[in-house]
Amino acid sequence: MSPELVSLIQRAQELNDDFELTAVRAWKEAGAGRKAIGHMPIYVPRELIHAAGMLPVGIVGAGERLEIIRGDAYFQSYICHIPRSTIELALSHRLDVLDGMLFPSICDVIRNLSGMWTMLFPDRYVRYVDLPQNFEPATGGVYWRRELETLREDFARLSGRPINDDALRHSIAVYNENRSTICELYRARSRQPWVYPTSEVYVLVRAANVLPPEDHTALLREYLRLAPLETDRRDRDQSRVVLVGTFCEQPPLGLLLTLERAGCWVVDDDLLLGLRWIMGDISCDGDPLQALVEAFLTRSVETAARYLPEGKHGGALVDSVRRNRAEGVIFCAPSFCDPALLEQPMLVAALDREGIPHTQFKYSEDTGQFAVIREQAGTFSDSIRLWSQA
Amino acid sequence: MNALRTYVGIDLGSTTTKAIVLDDAGEVIGRGITNSRSNYDVACQVVREEAMVRTRFTLTRQAITGDPALAQVEKAFLSSLQRNFRFRQHLDQLARLREALFRAAGDPRHSAHRRELGTALESIVDGMVERAGLHFSELAVRKSDFFRDLATADYMQLAEQRSDPRGITFDMLCGLFDAAILVVENATTQGSFETQLRGALEPTLASASLAVQEKASRLREVVETTCDAQIVEAGTVGTGYGRQRLPFPKEQIRSEILCHGLGAHAMFPASRTVLDIGGQDTKAIQVDGDGLVVSFQMNDRCAAGCGRYLGYIADEMNLGLHELGPLAQQSTSRVKINSTCTVFAGAELRERLSLGQRREDIVAGLHRAIILRAMSLLARSGGVRDEFTFTGGVARNPAAVDALRQLVQENYGERTLNISADSIYTGALGAALFARRAAQTNA
Amino acid sequence: MTAASPSPRVPAEAGKERSMSLQKQMIAGHYSALSRAPQEGRKVVYTFVPGNLTELLRSFDLLPVLPEINALQSGMRKLSGDYIAEAEKHGHSEDVCTYVKCDIGMLKKGNIGPTGERLPPPDLLLLSYTGCFTFMKWFELLRQEYDCPVAMLHVPYQSEGRILPHHVEYIVQQLRTEVIPKLEAVSGRRYDEDRLREMLRLSAQAEDDLVWVLESAKHVPSPIDAYFGGVYYIGPMFTAFRGTAEGVAYYRVLREEVEARLRAGLGPLTPEGSQGKERYRLVMEGPPNWTSFREFWKMFYDEGAVVVASSYTKVGGLYDGGFRHDPKRPLETLAEYCMGCYTNLGLPTRVALLERYIREYRADGFMINSIKSCNSFSVGQLLMLRQLEQSTGVPGGFIESDLVDPRYFSAANIKNRIESYLQMLEQKRIGVNA
Repeated sequence: MSPELVSLIQRAQELNDDFELTAVRAWKEAGAGRKAIGHMPIYVPRELIHAAGMLPVGIVGAGERLEIIRGDAYFQSYICHIPRSTIELALSHRLDVLDGMLFPSICDVIRNLSGMWTMLFPDRYVRYVDLPQNFEPATGGVYWRRELETLREDFARLSGRPINDDALRHSIAVYNENRSTICELYRARSRQPWVYPTSEVYVLVRAANVLPPEDHTALLREYLRLAPLETDRRDRDQSRVVLVGTFCEQPPLGLLLTLERAGCWVVDDDLLLGLRWIMGDISCDGDPLQALVEAFLTRSVETAARYLPEGKHGGALVDSVRRNRAEGVIFCAPSFCDPALLEQPMLVAALDREGIPHTQFKYSEDTGQFAVIREQAGTFSDSIRLWSQA
Repeated sequence: MNALRTYVGIDLGSTTTKAIVLDDAGEVIGRGITNSRSNYDVACQVVREEAMVRTRFTLTRQAITGDPALAQVEKAFLSSLQRNFRFRQHLDQLARLREALFRAAGDPRHSAHRRELGTALESIVDGMVERAGLHFSELAVRKSDFFRDLATADYMQLAEQRSDPRGITFDMLCGLFDAAILVVENATTQGSFETQLRGALEPTLASASLAVQEKASRLREVVETTCDAQIVEAGTVGTGYGRQRLPFPKEQIRSEILCHGLGAHAMFPASRTVLDIGGQDTKAIQVDGDGLVVSFQMNDRCAAGCGRYLGYIADEMNLGLHELGPLAQQSTSRVKINSTCTVFAGAELRERLSLGQRREDIVAGLHRAIILRAMSLLARSGGVRDEFTFTGGVARNPAAVDALRQLVQENYGERTLNISADSIYTGALGAALFARRAAQTNA
Repeated sequence: MTAASPSPRVPAEAGKERSMSLQKQMIAGHYSALSRAPQEGRKVVYTFVPGNLTELLRSFDLLPVLPEINALQSGMRKLSGDYIAEAEKHGHSEDVCTYVKCDIGMLKKGNIGPTGERLPPPDLLLLSYTGCFTFMKWFELLRQEYDCPVAMLHVPYQSEGRILPHHVEYIVQQLRTEVIPKLEAVSGRRYDEDRLREMLRLSAQAEDDLVWVLESAKHVPSPIDAYFGGVYYIGPMFTAFRGTAEGVAYYRVLREEVEARLRAGLGPLTPEGSQGKERYRLVMEGPPNWTSFREFWKMFYDEGAVVVASSYTKVGGLYDGGFRHDPKRPLETLAEYCMGCYTNLGLPTRVALLERYIREYRADGFMINSIKSCNSFSVGQLLMLRQLEQSTGVPGGFIESDLVDPRYFSAANIKNRIESYLQMLEQKRIGVNA
């Protein structure tokens, strides 16, 4: 690997691993009065935070390296892991750098976590962001616009500067570029997964959680330039799979590496889905708030946390399999994840209707052992290749 | 001699059953412990008898120390008397075991081998009797005080030597033993105290020093008196996981949480927070200045992180439970373990070992993980206040204690940590104290 | 979510209570109407207890089916274990809500309801998405099984403890543009607001009596158990009988009975007759376990513990907070009703409510039954426990079980905790010298 690529990946890795949020602190210190707003997965209108001159910071738990000392005291054994590590980060003051926290409506765990936050940190800005589940402009649209207006006022108050339409249009453009760059990277990976292995792509994309979007876009561009220059990256006979269920609590990097080593190329996934929630560009013309509303109502991705008003579940997944020429689907959901696990039987049915092979296992963000997963993914990969040759 | 009023507390735990006998002043004058078996009634009766035997020994000692003429001989005489007593008890049990083994061997299944089987069993039990003397010699270090443990070890060793793959197989012998030991354990009378003590007295005197022998007649008198002493159980309270199955009326049953809190308070009066990690569950208890419980939390439905987990790990590593802690203390670079799920313990351990991680580092990580679970319960119950008392089987594990000490220090600051060598009796002590309170209030 | 069991083992004394036989008849009648619905051409709407729109459905002559009630009934009849196993066999995760799996398992095994009669398939799934994420997935799953329309009603969560005007507008707009048109289409009837108003008026009348009954527990000793008994009292109100004359009559009878108990100085009615001396007054948070409901209840009444207030009896509406269905603002009142259901409230609001109960009902303690299936209830309960202990000085107890998964009810374990907890309260009361 070229030293440039090594250091690029290393930089992103360090950003992801840094529980102290040093990069966020540095960003805040670089300008007077700068503020940062944290948010849980999945979708929040980061454009509004950005337009207020603040930094959106994605919080996705703390993976396998943080020892949970206080967090388990708050959660029963049948609750997923992300709230434990998130509370642990907060109680150990690592999130003190955040001036506010947003909890989007992904499930009841994150919803109630918002209330816990209010109780534990009464002097901080906390908001539960109840995304509309009605997608009619006159109904869900009107509601969502009112919610966005409230956020706009809140952010203006927090940052001390009103968010004007021009600033918001600019922020929309910045995030359009960021999303399209991520999507470009995903397309490139789908074409040549050996050039852009998922274990790298994930590390680079995830840096979006702490970097300003402009910097993150530049980081990805650099990766897109450098990765193809590697001469020893060659196609291997591996199966092409789509990974599903990873949109909230994140699998440890070791799990992604295990899949690749077990003979799977991940050609599409729902890791950190919130970063590419809106499909395509949001309009930079006209009323920017309305543009955000319109984009959410009509161009949100299909995923478990969102109501699907009509049609059968799994349409988008089958499309992804076709578009990415995937040979199978790996359901890889966090233990006790209501959205992913309740959705799964519907997705399985859709795949079965299309004759698409699939396998499934569960993880926790702090899973340290991958022997079983390696075995299972390896067997799956072998079997779909045998199957496709037959 | 007036009847001695006593108060008995019985703690029916999932692995062991304990009893404590208190006198009117609240002093511990007897205690007993036995494995809980499948039959709680029997365990309860056995442990109670055991505690009463100890009580009579206490009376004997008190009589001897109270007599200026005997003060010099007290120690030597008493320990020898106890040893002889235990030895006789053990021989009694072996006689019962022999009987039970022959009865089991009488099953028609074994008719083909009846004669060989008889010979084999005879010689095995004879061997066990021979070894019994060693177990109870003056310098012997017994691995366990439970008849079952001693007998099992001896029997298995002897049976292995005697077995013949083509005739009387080891499996056949084991099967007989499993049936017979249950019969012995579930027999409720362990022989009369008086007979056994009197039986132990003469050999004790015979082998004693001149100084002791000189006092023989006075000592005989003392022993006779204690044998005849009237002991009244003025109150009994049962507690522990199996307490619902104790043959007691409801008002004589107390929750183990309450008993544990009061017992810890009796052992360390300044206790405010008590942590108990037992085989099946973990409890975090807050008590007030009188030892009354003000709040408590127990592990959730999942038994991960309890003492039993360490047992699995020890089995998996082919180690004794008591060897785990010292092994962990040798660690120089602790492994981070995230799951203390008993179901996956073995698999996780094997995978880590196959990754080349060192045993001591893994075991150190396991200890830390268990203590982290306990820290969560402590936090849920209201934190760790001063003084902090740690009880239960895991409190005897030095690595667990180290981990606890460190985490408490980091999260709550300086706390006095109390651990009693007798912590296994905490619940029974609390129960006995409740029995005493109830009886004295009613009186 | 309520326990109106059609055929409980009626104990001698309980047999005297008219309200019980009345409720039994009402429910049997309802299930019988449901089983005849396909032949009689009546249309059926499946919906949920929290945020249910019974009056609206009834105003279209539609019959409601509540899958949660079917699931809990299956739990009480010891059928849920098999149903759950059936659903898991079909690929449903062991980690998720057992109401959903029980329902799907029942469906896969022929959809035989609690009275032994086959339940009709839905003509519409009314997804009143209130206070529980799983509801959304539940009906998406059912939509895969039945080829029928779904009406989604998104009820915003009350994280800040106050109803915002634009949230009311959002719900009303959904009622107008999504729910009512679909009800019209299914029923073939026009929306009749006058009829709806009349039903809302009846609702409010019954609600007054229900609140009186629940608040009778403020008396020391209490004439009712507001949790184990409470789940029966809320039955008609939370299910199919709001807005009906039958519902009004039931609550009138119930109130009179409780008044009589109060006059006679009787304790709560249990399956073994009137409860004896009231030794502990408890506030309860979280749903009960249904598979061992009687056994669970017995653990309390055997010890003289009476639940004087509970949050679970507020999942289908928080009437003791002052809310009444208001015939003058028919759609707005439905919106406010939905938003006020207990599980739709933010944690600080829930804590404040429990705090109020502990004080107003003069409770000696409070207990949390933490339910594995129900993250909406359960996540945050350990913090609520701590917060409540601090603010009230009353110690809390914590137990864990599940709604209808028999594998997740460990009687010995739960009994142990309840006893330990009650003995602790007793010790606290009598002090060191007892």
